[in-house]
Amino acid sequence: MIRFTAVLLSVALAAPVYAQKKYDPGASDTEIRIGNTNPYSGPASAYGAIGKTIAAYFRMVNEQGGINGRKVNFITYDDGYSPPKTVEMVRKLVEQDQVLFVFQTLGTPSNTANHKYMNARKVPQLHVATGATKWNDAKNHPWTMGWQPNYQTEGQIYARHILATKPDAKIGILFQNDDYGKDYVKGLKDGLGAKAKGMIVAEVSYEVSEPTVDSQIVQLQASGANVFFNVATPKFAAQAIRKAYDIGWKPVQYLNNVSISVGSVLTPAGLEKSVGLITAAYQKDATDARWADDPAMKAWQAFMKKYYPDANLSDSFHVYGYAVGQTVHQVLKQAGDDLTRENIMRQAASMKNYRVDVLLPKIVVNTSKSDYAPLEAVQLQRFNGKQWELFGEVISAEQN
Amino acid sequence: MKKTGTDPIFLILVLLAALAIALPFVASNYRTFQFTLVMVYAIALLGLNILTGYNGQISLGHGAFYAMGAYCAAILMDKLGVPYWATVPVAGAVCLVAGFLFGLPALRLEGLYLALATFALGVAMPQLLKYKALDGWTGGVQGIVILKPEAPAFFPNAGIPLNADQWLYFFTLAITVVMFVIGWNLLRGRVGRALIAIRDHPIAAEAMGVNNALYKSAAFGVSAMYTGIAGALGAIAVQFVAPDSFNIFLSILLLVGIVIGGLASISGALYGALFIQFVPNLADEVSKAAPWAIFGILMIVFVYLMPTGVAGALRLLLARRARKRTMPPIPQEEIP
Amino acid sequence: MDAFLHQVLAGLATGGIYASLALALVMIYQATHLVNFAQGEMAMFTTYLAWTLITAGVPYWPAFLITVLFGFVLGVAIERIVIRPVEHAPVLAVVVVFIALLVILNSITGWIYSYTIKSFPSPFPKEPLFGIRYMSPHELGAIGVTLVVLVLLYLFFRFTPLGLAMRAAAQNPASARLVGIRVGWMLALGWGLAAAVGAVAGMMVAPIVYLDPNMMGGVLLYAFAAALVGGIDNPWGAVFGGFLVGVLENVLGAFVIGNELKLSVALVLIVGVLLVRPSGFFGRVHVTRV
Repeated sequence: MIRFTAVLLSVALAAPVYAQKKYDPGASDTEIRIGNTNPYSGPASAYGAIGKTIAAYFRMVNEQGGINGRKVNFITYDDGYSPPKTVEMVRKLVEQDQVLFVFQTLGTPSNTANHKYMNARKVPQLHVATGATKWNDAKNHPWTMGWQPNYQTEGQIYARHILATKPDAKIGILFQNDDYGKDYVKGLKDGLGAKAKGMIVAEVSYEVSEPTVDSQIVQLQASGANVFFNVATPKFAAQAIRKAYDIGWKPVQYLNNVSISVGSVLTPAGLEKSVGLITAAYQKDATDARWADDPAMKAWQAFMKKYYPDANLSDSFHVYGYAVGQTVHQVLKQAGDDLTRENIMRQAASMKNYRVDVLLPKIVVNTSKSDYAPLEAVQLQRFNGKQWELFGEVISAEQN
Repeated sequence: MKKTGTDPIFLILVLLAALAIALPFVASNYRTFQFTLVMVYAIALLGLNILTGYNGQISLGHGAFYAMGAYCAAILMDKLGVPYWATVPVAGAVCLVAGFLFGLPALRLEGLYLALATFALGVAMPQLLKYKALDGWTGGVQGIVILKPEAPAFFPNAGIPLNADQWLYFFTLAITVVMFVIGWNLLRGRVGRALIAIRDHPIAAEAMGVNNALYKSAAFGVSAMYTGIAGALGAIAVQFVAPDSFNIFLSILLLVGIVIGGLASISGALYGALFIQFVPNLADEVSKAAPWAIFGILMIVFVYLMPTGVAGALRLLLARRARKRTMPPIPQEEIP
Repeated sequence: MDAFLHQVLAGLATGGIYASLALALVMIYQATHLVNFAQGEMAMFTTYLAWTLITAGVPYWPAFLITVLFGFVLGVAIERIVIRPVEHAPVLAVVVVFIALLVILNSITGWIYSYTIKSFPSPFPKEPLFGIRYMSPHELGAIGVTLVVLVLLYLFFRFTPLGLAMRAAAQNPASARLVGIRVGWMLALGWGLAAAVGAVAGMMVAPIVYLDPNMMGGVLLYAFAAALVGGIDNPWGAVFGGFLVGVLENVLGAFVIGNELKLSVALVLIVGVLLVRPSGFFGRVHVTRV
């Protein structure tokens, strides 16, 4: 029934009103309505910084004249990181607020809860803020698209680096016991292939409700591991780095991309304790001295100062929010006056070597009808005690 | 209710029923969905109220039973192909047994100790749902996506086109009415009096011939059954279950709901459900910066203005008006 | 064996965290016969004040003292302004006010300070003592501070008239009032002391777990369990319970059932203990009279 009404609706609205201007609900000559949910309350509130940055980004865009003459009306609701609440809020955005599309909804469980609904309704669920692999599924879910490089690919990249540099590695893994942590572990295992069983000597998990991961680090040390794969969110990643150093455990450390901020992870952990960490990155770090004179990061700083002055600049979510803002900005520019949901997806799926300037120099956005993963490339980097140093070539999942 | 049809309570009920039936035809699908959730919460709160409000056993972990009911429904539908309507009684039965069994050791625990035991249950449940040995059933961290039921062919054939949201609303409404009628009969009779007697004076109740142990564990079971049925309905409405949906804040929210709605009051469950469904949204509208601060302040305001909950305040109001008209005072519905 | 010893010592270190908050819970219980669910958030909030002072250049110990005093004032103020009006409301209504306080403090702190973690300084040396790497000097120091607070509280309640008056007010308000104790102020004082103890706990915990608005969220359940298993009316018991929970959890996680279920199993064990000994290891046994 829903599907039937939706089809009728889109047929009725897709009928050409003007010769070239085409609108679906949420778009008009003066306005583009975009919906979003983020956790602004509850234990996952740290992510709320992304939603606030995007809102600030569109404030800037509107002040500079909007997109193709239209102002962006960015409507964002609190979902408390609870899937049922997200379902309710996304329905509100689609059915009551009549947004053109939903953008950057956060969290794998929350987006999974809406996956079916958005595709049945044929409303774009664009650039979701999660690194699960399932968002790159143009065939079965043509209305959903991810944005960031996915966790499994990143895990595979570390696996390849381990195989190439330390074939006799004994790997110990610390992971958060949820979809995010398990995706990384799966990627690493896939990358190691048949050798995974022999190489991984310990896998220990933690819950976000635990005060520390000290016990887990002691377990990993006791396992005799000489490679440490750290799949933890900032607070726990910092605890793990510090604890490993303090108890005199000196493995080769791989740190997942979620927790690579110099300001909010490595500094609390201790810069001297972070020397030698290896990670895969795609985004410039606001707290890394290397980008202090980078024009793009300077522009970002000016933006933050003007439109989101009370923010903590060491938080990498603010760069992330700005980068996704730029991406969707480009999608809407490309869409021109054809602001239908179909065209939004078509434009989002036809980005060719688009440069988001706060991403690392060689990272570009590429999508196609069958490739719904905007960012697939990362570059390895190592921490030298002061800043991250890129090494090796840009590695892309497409090269596999 | 024993009086004739001119009873004002009867009129109110008729009005309420008319409103409830008209709602999905005048409100949008989204609003209909929200009110479906309100009814789901109302059933859960009635369940918690049986235990905590009437029987005085505090539970900080009823979210666990809600989760259990939700997963029952999801697993039955997704893995075994059971039709959605059949999952609701199964979820109720499973939670009845689980609640009764949990109630047995809990008999020895009182007050704070019971609060800890139930709190522990609420915290442990998401971890159990994620546990790898149960992955095959629960879907682990990924959860389970379920299909939304369409209205049975009977309705369109009879010329009443119902969409899935409207149908689910009526389905939930029917179960809500049944559960409230059962609750009403249970709580306003012998059983209700026994529960209250145990809460207010356990030793005296025992001396009067009430089997405290049996009543207390039965209260736990029935309470869990209500909450489990709510969980099943909630899962069908949301079409998704995952461990993240049932964290400890759900349990705490349910406790807040019964206190704000009114402890030991049947209608209080409905007020409480409205509160926990709509007030967080209101807080979000007021402030993106600190929505929880607004939510917390509203909680305090409600407790200050109505320390015995919305139901308690309404009762006081009605009693005062009745006294003004020099009519015989309305018999106390429940003991606050 | 080395691994086992290491896990036990690491467990004592985290146990120290639980113990310090459990102590604050016991304090408030002694004064009001309620468990304050907002205790952890109050501690977190005061620790942010300490962080602000230290970042502004105030040396550690003066900042420490100011924060403890501020915690005391905050506790008294909350009792007088927020709790007093619901004094005669049902117990669960008061619990809802506690929950409200919890979410308000959490949200406001996040708003003011953002949710990014911050490192918090430790007053203790950085380099491991005598080359022992099992426990960091801060962890040892924090346990020491918790024990000092414990002894001070014991002396206060045992040997000062004020401590005696507070105990009397909590145990029998009516009789206490008759002998001239200002019961209302004793309650406020209890809140103040609990919040001050919480402030110390926060400042000892923050260097270990990092300072963030959710710092105490996970700790509360453990502290609650610790307080009950030790005996909610006995500070010594609470501290013992804290260490017990910390060690139990680590040993279970590392050697028995794995990390995924360690919390669940630890809680089941604690509830099991409470079934056998309902007043905890060191709690006073209550007899109900008809």
